[in-house]
Amino acid sequence: MATATPTPKVNHIGLPIIEYRGGKSTLCAGCGHNAISERIIDAMFEMGVQPERVMKMSGIGCSSKSPAYFMSRSHAFNSVHGRMAAVSTGAILANHTMKTIGVSGDGDTASIGMGGFVHLLRRNLPMIYIIEDNGVYGLTKGQFSATADLGSKLKTGVINDLPAIDTCALAIQLGATFVGRSFSGDKKQLLSMLKAAIAHKGTVMLDVISPCVTFNDHEGSTKSYKFMQENDEPINEIGFVASFDDIEVDYDSGQVYDVEMHDGSSLRLRKLLEDYDPTDKANAVRTLMESQANDEILTGVFYINTEQPTFIDLLNVVDEPLGTLPESLTRPPKSALDSLMANLS
Amino acid sequence: MATGDLALGQEQGALSAQQRVINDFSINVATVNGSGSQSANSVLLKSIFGMGVPVSGKNLFPSNIAGLPTWFIIRASKDGYVARKRTAEVLVALNPDTARQDALDLPSGGVAIYEENLNLKQYREDLVFYPVPFDKITASICPEAKLRKLVKNMVYVGVAAQVLQIDLGVVESGLRKQFAKKVKVFELNFGAVKAGFDYAQQNFTKQDPYFIERMDQTAGKIIIDGNAACGMGAVFAGVTVVAWYPITPSTSVVEATTDLLKKFRVTPEGKATFAVIQAEDELAAIGMVLGAGWAGARSMTATSGPGVSLMAEFSGLGYFAEIPGVIFDVQRTGPSTGMPTRTSQADLLSTAFLSHGDTKHIVLLPGSVKECFELGYAAFDLAERIQTPVFVLTDLDMGMNNWMSEPFEYPTTPLDRGKVLSAADLERLGGFARYRDVDGDAIGWRTLPGNPHPKAAYFTRGSGHNDAAAYTEKPAEYVAVMERLARKFENARKLVPGPVTVKNGTSKIGFLAYGTTDFALRESLDQIKKAYDVDADYMRIRAYPFAHEIHDFVASHERVYVVEQNRDAQLESLLKFDLPADQVVKLRSILHYNGLPIDAQSITEEFATKEGL
Repeated sequence: MATATPTPKVNHIGLPIIEYRGGKSTLCAGCGHNAISERIIDAMFEMGVQPERVMKMSGIGCSSKSPAYFMSRSHAFNSVHGRMAAVSTGAILANHTMKTIGVSGDGDTASIGMGGFVHLLRRNLPMIYIIEDNGVYGLTKGQFSATADLGSKLKTGVINDLPAIDTCALAIQLGATFVGRSFSGDKKQLLSMLKAAIAHKGTVMLDVISPCVTFNDHEGSTKSYKFMQENDEPINEIGFVASFDDIEVDYDSGQVYDVEMHDGSSLRLRKLLEDYDPTDKANAVRTLMESQANDEILTGVFYINTEQPTFIDLLNVVDEPLGTLPESLTRPPKSALDSLMANLS
Repeated sequence: MATGDLALGQEQGALSAQQRVINDFSINVATVNGSGSQSANSVLLKSIFGMGVPVSGKNLFPSNIAGLPTWFIIRASKDGYVARKRTAEVLVALNPDTARQDALDLPSGGVAIYEENLNLKQYREDLVFYPVPFDKITASICPEAKLRKLVKNMVYVGVAAQVLQIDLGVVESGLRKQFAKKVKVFELNFGAVKAGFDYAQQNFTKQDPYFIERMDQTAGKIIIDGNAACGMGAVFAGVTVVAWYPITPSTSVVEATTDLLKKFRVTPEGKATFAVIQAEDELAAIGMVLGAGWAGARSMTATSGPGVSLMAEFSGLGYFAEIPGVIFDVQRTGPSTGMPTRTSQADLLSTAFLSHGDTKHIVLLPGSVKECFELGYAAFDLAERIQTPVFVLTDLDMGMNNWMSEPFEYPTTPLDRGKVLSAADLERLGGFARYRDVDGDAIGWRTLPGNPHPKAAYFTRGSGHNDAAAYTEKPAEYVAVMERLARKFENARKLVPGPVTVKNGTSKIGFLAYGTTDFALRESLDQIKKAYDVDADYMRIRAYPFAHEIHDFVASHERVYVVEQNRDAQLESLLKFDLPADQVVKLRSILHYNGLPIDAQSITEEFATKEGL
């Protein structure tokens, strides 16, 4: 039997968790985004992802700063406002062998970045797309975003009179193949969801409610810690067994959905909502719409599809990264040019 | 009736040898767009080429799918002039809506080949008329009614070939090549050509002076459009990621690129060594280009003015975060939507300074289809060497029209992938600072995602950063980065393609131009020499930032005419930014911006006026 030793705990690729940490956060103390960064660190550590094999992408905003606060050993691109989807698409086309995680915000995604976001979803681009969702624009001091709930109130007393965009319903409809919602304060659920996300091969869209302690964490806000603690309705309990954890999965049909992931891991969803089937697209969207009508914030994995080909599959590209293919594979030989010239003369 | 119907001077009889106009005239084929006239036009052009006569073609088409007037103007020029000429001497009138005006536009003594029921004789008396019952001829050789519209155009090729005395065998071999292995299609089309040819032979006596006679000026040459040449440049640069959004007149750059990639870049196992993605808009297209460039790919997009406008913010990111990428801009007329199917050179300033803040870009300016290929592949080397977006500016005239050229030559140097550190390099160095100028060339070393070294990663951002890529708002650190970027751009003067000295003699007068203006300017300089005995010098610019030779050229002349195709003298303005104050006063402008390609006569006239000749 193992006994306690003073050496730090390492994961299955031999790295201690400190190798997954980032720079010191400059976000507000208590910001939900910091908790999400912590869970990303935990998930990547527990899954034994090599940090150098990760591309961290973001747009602009508080959320988009956060890739600086986790995994300093990973390659990072903090791009322009609303364009994380496009930049990520290009980077993944250049090197599809990398694991890509993008952190965006509700403004960055659901307003300025909506055009790119929806097209990323329909391409089922292999990446984890996280929306750190606080319903407000933080860096410009607290304007409503497009995910703010109808009737929710700003600190200044302004009431939102437009309906919220449900990014999860949208993602399911448009083609994302792993769609979930969590809460930055729910360590256990978020960690399991992120670990499963790492094992998934297509587009993972996670909307993580992340209260803004400065501008949107008060009475009347539906994206506050208090509101979430009182109104969070999980639809399933998420269990995740990584491929390298040699643990028997206890099947209990009727109560549990077990989904085999691409890398051989198992995602176990224990139903809390009666008859909820996470592979039924139409039901997933209906459930989300009904919950919105009832002012409930559902969390959990709403939809999962491990069969759908990714954009990279559709492109039928070589296994190696396109970006670093040698000249012998990318510049056609002289005979190719000669034949073209002969045809044009 | 066995006569060509010459209204003017029918009694004059056959033309004397002196009256003949040989290999020096234009043919205007007036059709309706969507009528499938393009392949017929191309066959006629290639037939003249096949006769060994220098030829160029210009498609003046509307922004429309079907039903609006289109003109295809073919210029045969024994002297090798390929610019637009103001007038065409031979008209093929197939569009009832424009036939009257098209006939009125002909010079006296011009030729009208036309559908006989258009009755063009009612408008002019001073033309040679060849009325043709196109529909009757077409019906007789094409039983299938739905194909007749397409075949009808080939009938005009036959008539024109007979009237202009183009060898039918040359037309036949051109057609055979065009339809390659589609024997039935060839037979149908050649049947139509033959029917037109025979009709003309049996019914007309040649009364006009225009002849195509065999020359040997096209042997070994190719015909290609600028967009296909750009696509070829990209493929022979080893492009791996293409992200684009359709826009006239650049779409065929990507179509050509894609065709070649499918042909040459699929492994024996059937896997692609490239990715082409049709983006949701130009914002996304350039974002994908930069994402791919950051991750190590040779990436490109092709667009036109409205797309360039949308690419502004990202272009600034590319400049500031120092990410390679190639943007082909096939210029069309603006502002705004402008005239999407008309040409211009009006994006020079907007691309050179695209984006807010102190942003500057490298802009390459090909002046021929051969240079579309050469500067096309050079752009990828420069983008990776200098770590910045590179714009390649052509225009609709270059991009969508057919041009004669010497065959393209295979690149003689290997791909220059720029300054990229490997894991072994990092092991040896013990780390790196992304934006530190360690070599004195103002270019830092970069790493690519996928580099497995623990010190390979850095944080790319468009926000203020220091030389180690860390966020900064410190004035000195910001200034240091900006000054290095300025030095890098200054150094680029020596890295970009230098100007071509077309002529530099002893004249006090110099000309500067770029791109398609070259075609008209060369012809104009000959006109100026002939008419005014002024033997002016000429330097063709091929890139921004301007090479030092351009400064020297201005310095060594008293007056320098900058000829360009936009209203605001954009090239002249850019030169004014660059030249010392005492040199700026030497610049004079000759501008052309009506949407049609510039012609030689316009330059000559404007020059004469400005010089008081």
